[in-house]
Amino acid sequence: MSQPTAAQPEGKKARPIVPFLRLGDNGDKPHLVAKRCGNCGAVYLGRRVACSKCSATGPFNEIRLSDKGSLWVYSIVYQSAPGIPTPYVAAIVDLPEGASVRCTLIDVEPNPEKLPFGMPVEMVTKKVREDKDGNDVIAFFFRPAK
Amino acid sequence: MRGVYVLGVGMIKFGRYPEKDVSELAGEAALLALKDAGMTIKDIQLLASGNLLQANAMVGQRILQQIGQTGIPIINVSNACATGSTAFREAYFAVGSGEYDVAMAVGSEQMGKAGLLGGGGGRESVEGILGSGLMPAVFGQAGVEHMRQYGTKMEHFAKISVKNHKHSTKNPLSQYQTEVALEDVMKARMVAYPNTLYMCCPTGDGAAAAIVCSEAVMKKHSNKPVKVGCSVLTSDPWTPRDLTLPDVSTLTRNAAKIAYEKAGVGPDDIDLVELHDCFATAELLHYENLGFCKDGEAARGVDEGWFEWGGKTPVNVSGGLLSKGHPLGATGVANIYEVVTHLRGQAGARQVENAKVGMAHVIGLGSACTIHILTA
Repeated sequence: MSQPTAAQPEGKKARPIVPFLRLGDNGDKPHLVAKRCGNCGAVYLGRRVACSKCSATGPFNEIRLSDKGSLWVYSIVYQSAPGIPTPYVAAIVDLPEGASVRCTLIDVEPNPEKLPFGMPVEMVTKKVREDKDGNDVIAFFFRPAK
Repeated sequence: MRGVYVLGVGMIKFGRYPEKDVSELAGEAALLALKDAGMTIKDIQLLASGNLLQANAMVGQRILQQIGQTGIPIINVSNACATGSTAFREAYFAVGSGEYDVAMAVGSEQMGKAGLLGGGGGRESVEGILGSGLMPAVFGQAGVEHMRQYGTKMEHFAKISVKNHKHSTKNPLSQYQTEVALEDVMKARMVAYPNTLYMCCPTGDGAAAAIVCSEAVMKKHSNKPVKVGCSVLTSDPWTPRDLTLPDVSTLTRNAAKIAYEKAGVGPDDIDLVELHDCFATAELLHYENLGFCKDGEAARGVDEGWFEWGGKTPVNVSGGLLSKGHPLGATGVANIYEVVTHLRGQAGARQVENAKVGMAHVIGLGSACTIHILTA
């Protein structure tokens, strides 16, 4: 887990919005991690009891996912739950390790003409809110690769 | 398994009934089915009740508390949007097994103006941060995937909405019975690209019921027998992106393959289909998934009217979920109602001429798929 930064009050931490986001310790960059089935190679985000592709119960090896991938498909959401700003690009991004990630695409016009299939994208992180204890909640997003 | 027949069906008009309890809506549908079958609740030996939003509230028992507490076994079923059709399947197996001679399935739901399903708001929500779990977005992405694979255009999806709304003008039980022009569908408020407002099913309240029985009971009570040719239920097998972009196609294809084998018919034998058009994008995918056209051919089929009333395979002549409505737990039984009504030649102005074989297909996201093939 990441350490408190100077900008935060004492005792407050930055915490990832999901367990498969690592914020990066010791100067490392934030990145996603996955579990890879040692039997068939299927890749999963999050915890695993067994492999839903081949049913093997392990071993599952944690792998670091690339922060660059490509846009598989998307939708542009104009009507959402109350309090959620719209529009946003709800995307499915494929990563080279075989993982598929549900994410929001940012820094791009919400317009199908600006969202070519296969577009190279890269991951960024930012604070999205504070939790009830005052910790920063950090989420990952993807944006067109620079 | 012995032969199972549909003896009675009933359905209330889908819409909004804020003044009523869900057990009243379901009870009314059950009474309609009993009347249709020429039976009373005392003839029913088992009840399967499908309801999703009150899945923990013993809706089946509450139905009988409204219409007759006979003490029969009740199964309360919840299976996402396939709730009603799974309840029908339970009734089918109850009779098919030989354990019961007459069973009833009731599907019901009271949604009110529930708003969008699938993604919550609130402080801990990840909606809009980690993409979207909202149904319009998920099915939007599924449609965009077809665009990616085959160059399908937004207009093709929009034309499906036009078709189903047009069909619904001839169904007095449809929640909406108004035509919409292609231009209006295209220009309507975007909910989640490429689905505009008219390309999304409404929320609403409704109930439908179906009574199934053995051959011996059928012969005693009916001169218009409808046989259940097959009852198939599948779940989502592992596919590469299923856990991030639910794959509604593979489990439908698996179900269709089994259904055609079990019923001994093929796609060309199907005279009408009620399929799960929760969004216009979904309907287009299922033309291919169910084998009514080749892969990549659905857009052409839409352009050429293959799936309209009078076309080669009429799809959702009831108005479909898009216009008839989609009270979640009621939908699967309402599809059975529609198919049975055509197979008996009782569908009035929307009757598919000489219908002998019909299909009812439902997808519950998460995912569950049912297919029933019924024959006259």
